[in-house]
Amino acid sequence: MRNLFAFIRRYFILLLFLSLEIYSFYLLFRYNQFHRAAYMDVAGEWTGKLEAKAQQFTLYFSLKKENEALRHRLNILQNQLSQNFQAPDTTAGTLALDTIRIDTLSQFRKYRYREATVVNNSVNLPNNFITLHRGRLQEIEPGMVVIGPSGVVGVVLDVSDNFATVMSMLHRQSRISGRLKKTGEMGRIEWDGADPRIVQMKDISKGTQVKPGDTILTSQYSDFPANLMIGTVQKVIAEKSSNNFLLQVKPATDFSKIQNVFVIENLQRAEQEELENRNKEK
Amino acid sequence: MSEFIKHLFRLLLLLLSQHFLLYQIPPLHHTAVPVLYFLFSLWLPFQIGRAPLLLLSFITGMLMDFFTKTPGMHAAAMVLIGYLRPFLIALLMPQQGVEFNYREPSAQSMGMVPYISYVAILTLLHHFCLFSIQAFQFGDMSYMWLKTGISWGVSLVLILSIELIFHRKQKFLTNT
Repeated sequence: MRNLFAFIRRYFILLLFLSLEIYSFYLLFRYNQFHRAAYMDVAGEWTGKLEAKAQQFTLYFSLKKENEALRHRLNILQNQLSQNFQAPDTTAGTLALDTIRIDTLSQFRKYRYREATVVNNSVNLPNNFITLHRGRLQEIEPGMVVIGPSGVVGVVLDVSDNFATVMSMLHRQSRISGRLKKTGEMGRIEWDGADPRIVQMKDISKGTQVKPGDTILTSQYSDFPANLMIGTVQKVIAEKSSNNFLLQVKPATDFSKIQNVFVIENLQRAEQEELENRNKEK
Repeated sequence: MSEFIKHLFRLLLLLLSQHFLLYQIPPLHHTAVPVLYFLFSLWLPFQIGRAPLLLLSFITGMLMDFFTKTPGMHAAAMVLIGYLRPFLIALLMPQQGVEFNYREPSAQSMGMVPYISYVAILTLLHHFCLFSIQAFQFGDMSYMWLKTGISWGVSLVLILSIELIFHRKQKFLTNT
């Protein structure tokens, strides 16, 4: 017996080493091959919280990719919205989307959306332009209209092969046809070149009921699809020299933060314009 | 800062960086896995007893397993290097008494060449043990050898650069 104790004392370290090693392997085989549940529960509780925190950080690295994928998806979905389709015969009933791969509605399609990235932008000049990284080779044409995630942005003015300049709403020659959401009154949205946070709406007659906070949407006469958000009324000023109000409108789009936009093509515009010009020549 | 808190802090830092940084590197992930957490055992003081050293190594390994959800895998490798460390130090520093002049193993206290061989040998042993246990689980020997070799090189380069960047100050201990 004493010899045994002497042996243990003599080789204590080696025995400790061997027992720990054996215990490790025991754990390894026991938990990794059979049920890990007991260990995993505790480990999952404690490290799970830390991992969730770390995940929040690592998510940032993939944000850009994620964002691009989302915008791409959004673009596809936006092109499928039923309000992009406008048949001349409205009695044909409401247009329904179906799952057929062939686009049977393409003859009625009025608007096509294309995503674009803003690469240059200004807000503090009297005439502001936005440059998009998408041009003639990517199917952008002058005259197409541009919207952002929260509202109207402007009109494409000029295109090169890979870029397009957009006359933003903050341009003194910008004219957008707007409509009061509540009463349906049409007006003209302009900008006086002063404050980039405020644009002006004209041609609203003094008989109209309008209050600060009212929503202004695009009218169906504009190049924009109808009922897109333009902004909200901030102040109602009665012009003394005319019978109209001058509305100070806060744009829905924050022009200084704009990053990604959609360019909208009106596929029925050419036909409409041709007909209207033919009338003028008569 | 007391020695205990210093070592505890070092342990936490090594474990967290191992799990959240080094084990997450995607392009290196399949053949080259930099493993550094075992530096905790390598940097424990000279004076520590062999039994506490073994137990501390085991606990470090278990904590690492706690993160990677592989109970016993890192612990086995850590116990091995915890056991072999005192032999290696005795082998590489034959001159008597030097280990009492400094507290911890470092290039300053052991000399550059003995310290690098100390780290290199223990790293190789640790990686070999760790990856052979992993290969035991996932199969394929030649892949395991390749992984051990490449990871060993990568880890060694990382350890030496850490030594250069985060210089551990070593106090010269005197009897007086």
